[in-house]
Amino acid sequence: MPNDYLLSLPILAAAGWSVLLIILEAMLSRAALTRVFAMLGFALVGGLSVIGFPLQGLAFSEMLRIGGFQHFANIIFCLSGLLVVALSEKYLDDENVHYGEYYIVAFISVVGMMLLAAAANMAILFIGLEMMSIALYVLAGLMRRDVRSNEAAMKYFLLGAFASGLLLYGISLIYGATGELALHKIAIAIQTGSASMLFWIGFGLLITGFLFKISAVPFHQWTPDVYDGSPTPAAAFMSTGAKAAAFSALIVVVTNFSTLLQNSPTWSLVISSIALATMVVGNIAALAQENLKRMLAYSSVAHAGYMLVGIAAATPDGYSGIMFYTLVYTLMNIGAFGVVALLESKENLLLASDYAGLFKHRPMLAGAMAVFMLSLAGVPPLGGFIGKYKVFAAAVDAKLTWLALAGVLASAVSAYYYLRVVYFMFMRDPVGEAISAPATSSLAFALIAVAVVLLGVFPTEILRITDAALKFAQLPTQTGF
Amino acid sequence: MHESIFLAVLFPLVGFLLNALFSSMKFIKSGESGKEFFVGAFSTLMIVLPFVIAVGVFFELQSLPASEQKFVVNVYEWFKAGAMTVGVSYQLDSLSVLMMLVVTGVGSLIHLYSIGYMHGDEGFARFFSYLNLFIFAMLNLVLADNMALMFLGWEGVGLCSYFLIGFWYDRKFEGVGIETTTDAANKAFMLNRVGDFAMLGAMFLIFQKIGSLTFESILSQLSAFDQTHLFWMALLVFIGCTGKSAQIPLFTWLPDAMAGPTPVSALIHAATMVTSGIYLIARLSPLFMLAPDVMNLVAIIGAATAIIAASIAVVQNDIKKILAYSTVSQLGYMFLALGVGATTAAMFHLVTHAFFKACLFLGSGSVIHALHEEQDVRQMGGLQKVMPSTGTTFLIGAIALSGFPLTAGFFSKDELLAKTFASGNVALYAVGIVTAALTAFYSMRAYALTFLGDARWAHDKHPHESGATMTIPLWILAALSLIGGVIGLPAVIQEHNWIHGWLSRSQIVEKEMTMAHSTEWILLALSSAVAIGGLGFAYSIYTKKQTAAASQNGFYNLLLNKYYIDELYNALFVKPMRFVSEKILPTLDAALINGVLNGVGTSFISIARSLKIWQSGVAQNYALAIIAGLVAILSYLMLKQP
Repeated sequence: MPNDYLLSLPILAAAGWSVLLIILEAMLSRAALTRVFAMLGFALVGGLSVIGFPLQGLAFSEMLRIGGFQHFANIIFCLSGLLVVALSEKYLDDENVHYGEYYIVAFISVVGMMLLAAAANMAILFIGLEMMSIALYVLAGLMRRDVRSNEAAMKYFLLGAFASGLLLYGISLIYGATGELALHKIAIAIQTGSASMLFWIGFGLLITGFLFKISAVPFHQWTPDVYDGSPTPAAAFMSTGAKAAAFSALIVVVTNFSTLLQNSPTWSLVISSIALATMVVGNIAALAQENLKRMLAYSSVAHAGYMLVGIAAATPDGYSGIMFYTLVYTLMNIGAFGVVALLESKENLLLASDYAGLFKHRPMLAGAMAVFMLSLAGVPPLGGFIGKYKVFAAAVDAKLTWLALAGVLASAVSAYYYLRVVYFMFMRDPVGEAISAPATSSLAFALIAVAVVLLGVFPTEILRITDAALKFAQLPTQTGF
Repeated sequence: MHESIFLAVLFPLVGFLLNALFSSMKFIKSGESGKEFFVGAFSTLMIVLPFVIAVGVFFELQSLPASEQKFVVNVYEWFKAGAMTVGVSYQLDSLSVLMMLVVTGVGSLIHLYSIGYMHGDEGFARFFSYLNLFIFAMLNLVLADNMALMFLGWEGVGLCSYFLIGFWYDRKFEGVGIETTTDAANKAFMLNRVGDFAMLGAMFLIFQKIGSLTFESILSQLSAFDQTHLFWMALLVFIGCTGKSAQIPLFTWLPDAMAGPTPVSALIHAATMVTSGIYLIARLSPLFMLAPDVMNLVAIIGAATAIIAASIAVVQNDIKKILAYSTVSQLGYMFLALGVGATTAAMFHLVTHAFFKACLFLGSGSVIHALHEEQDVRQMGGLQKVMPSTGTTFLIGAIALSGFPLTAGFFSKDELLAKTFASGNVALYAVGIVTAALTAFYSMRAYALTFLGDARWAHDKHPHESGATMTIPLWILAALSLIGGVIGLPAVIQEHNWIHGWLSRSQIVEKEMTMAHSTEWILLALSSAVAIGGLGFAYSIYTKKQTAAASQNGFYNLLLNKYYIDELYNALFVKPMRFVSEKILPTLDAALINGVLNGVGTSFISIARSLKIWQSGVAQNYALAIIAGLVAILSYLMLKQP
């Protein structure tokens, strides 16, 4: 059995590295240097998770659960952080808010995400969630001279605190019902006795907290306002890393209670209805958005709905599909937000029609953006298609055909607003002057686009990893090897 | 050697990709011989290498005991959906290796020939890229161990055929309802679609019943099918084959496929692609044996196609059309053999036919090249003197096609006719022997009108023998047409000939048929007499008269117009379809489909606009929504306590 420190090395390293970043910034206060070190840190922590992938067990008095699932999640968080940091500099420079703290706060947020995914105890779960969220509130309000950024931060903070309160209340009710805070012990407690009304209320509150974080309907309304006001790279970060973290924790919670939930038609109906509402509202609301940031915000709501379909299926296939989905979504959504950030910071171009003729001036950038849009729409053979396919197939296997069908129809609607961007980029003649962008960033987007394509063409290896990674998350009573 | 089979498939694909690159880069400015030779030689090499691998696998298989003669090489898992797993995996048994040898062997020669034939063409690299892609698809077709991958190859060869028929897309081409080569390509593509649809149906049926598409599991689980299933499966597969292999009722595309460059006609529309139907039925012969009704149908369709196409070939004046109808007719022979249960005989004829028909097509190409795209035999004549190699090899091909004693065509045709006789279908045999007479007649007619007598071509043309890249393949194919028969000598000469022994090692089956040696001698003699008689008769007519037409009576016109089958199809299918799609559907489309779709679209957008009201921007309202959602969830959980 690996010892606690070895087991949780990525988390410890990430925490240590964030301290290093603070010291570095305090002593030198050179944002560019902090940025490089933050990127190094993400690479290091991601690398540690890759190396440590086979290690699994409970650490630190059963406070942390580490396994393939957590390692996979860590890699997604680090990937998200790395890409966002890499794409932020120009935007922050142009907005005149290039502070080193930005990178430190983003890094701390990733530490929170890692804790959240690794929580075996609800106390850690709460700490992780808060660590992640408070850092995100700061990121949202980074542009402190911008009214909208302030508004975004304030809204996010108020509503986030509200949701955290609900979640904490849920935790305390569950504790009251079972006398336990450790997830696997709660699972045993509700298996031996039956789950009381008190437990269910607590569970409902806990889930509501998560649903807020993943912006499920009707807990989603903050999303467009916050994404719109925040610095665009920060919005990309919120929609990918934070969403992946909330989903990871949600999967850990529901797999721990799987014996209870799998036989519960009530739970299935609750989560299916929310998934349905999220897909429908997200997609339809996105139709009317002219502003690309708001469009992407609603699109992020819609994608939360697709992923919830995997939760509703409540099978390993569904969870494995979600993990794959978060990976693809991280790549394609950061890609899309990144392109928006690039053009926004330069010319303040934010409407789909502003992208007219982009292909003529910047073919590589437009091509990459087209890949992101098509993948978000779920067009084969891109990664987004495989992600949707996996969660919908899991729903069909779980006899939720109607939900899968609704999901397919909803994503058919989504093709309209994604393809509109492609249409403007490729089919329209450019208006005004050439949109300029540094060639290196075009190359970076092209690389992300290639990754999205590869995930769609060769998904098998990754899916094998996600299937294997889930094994440990599924063994709630296991106390390590 | 068999482990490297994926390389054999990969080489042509690499060839295709690089040639496509050359083509799009405009690597060859028109007529640069050096670069042309480089591209051509490279493409040829990409086919020669698979041939070498095929030979290696051949010897490897032969060195194994007969019971173990099969390799299945899994390259990778193509896709997996539910219970279905489809692998890119190749099976190497005596049948697929035989096909592979023919495809890559004849394919290499035709690639070599094309270097000379396509010289100076603007699309030189494009041509070779399609040709390589074709071989890639064809290898997938014959080597696949499952029907899904086979179908990929099946569609792939159809696609390449489409590209190559319409290769000179801006040229005129005459036909019923056809004005350009593109129309001919479309015709081929659409008629093949009809067959492919049936083929898909067969695959669905098979998958529904046994949940797998590998040939291995189909053939080992035949008992799982009841009689009705067997009938429909065999019938659908056969309909699929009538499309690809140009049989009644879907044969009309093949003569129009002659719009493509002549090497294409030799490779795709004579030697390889059109024989894939025969290959597939042979592969599935254990299944067909269990569906006797379909077997009878196969035999009847085969015989009917053979005689109808042969009779049309007798009066055609376009040298490639003669050969095209001849191909349809010979394919009919193969289906006849399959139908009476003589699977090996069909495969034997497939092989020899690949030799002599490729030889004839390439020979005709050489002539067409020399006469600057002249294809009408009435404008030829006297070419034997100026083009001795082409003339001699064409003659060899023609007598092999006629079944002149001891040539390759003689042995294979005799075997399938003898087997037809032995199966007891005397009527079918009679059709076969009449077809043989017609075959000999039109073969000699084509040769005599083209190469003998006086020169009828314009005086400003100065035809001369083609270059070495074109004559070497001709001579090799001519040699094979002469001696290729040794692989399947008749039982009266050699009790167990090679091809029977070889193919008996695969899973293909055939009906046991025995015949007295005396009967077999009589049939041999009859075949010889018919072939020699037909050749002699045609020789005596066309060296004297030197005009193509026998007499201009009604029957002649009926034949010349191909029994008006194209006109019939045009009136029955093409015109009504056109009417519907040009007159009726556009209105329907505009009113109904666009109306509904646009209506749905605008209504969604107006819903979306109305949703904006809820997005007030006021945080308190958002919190209220959260509480509302929470209350809904909690009250439901409490009401229906799980």
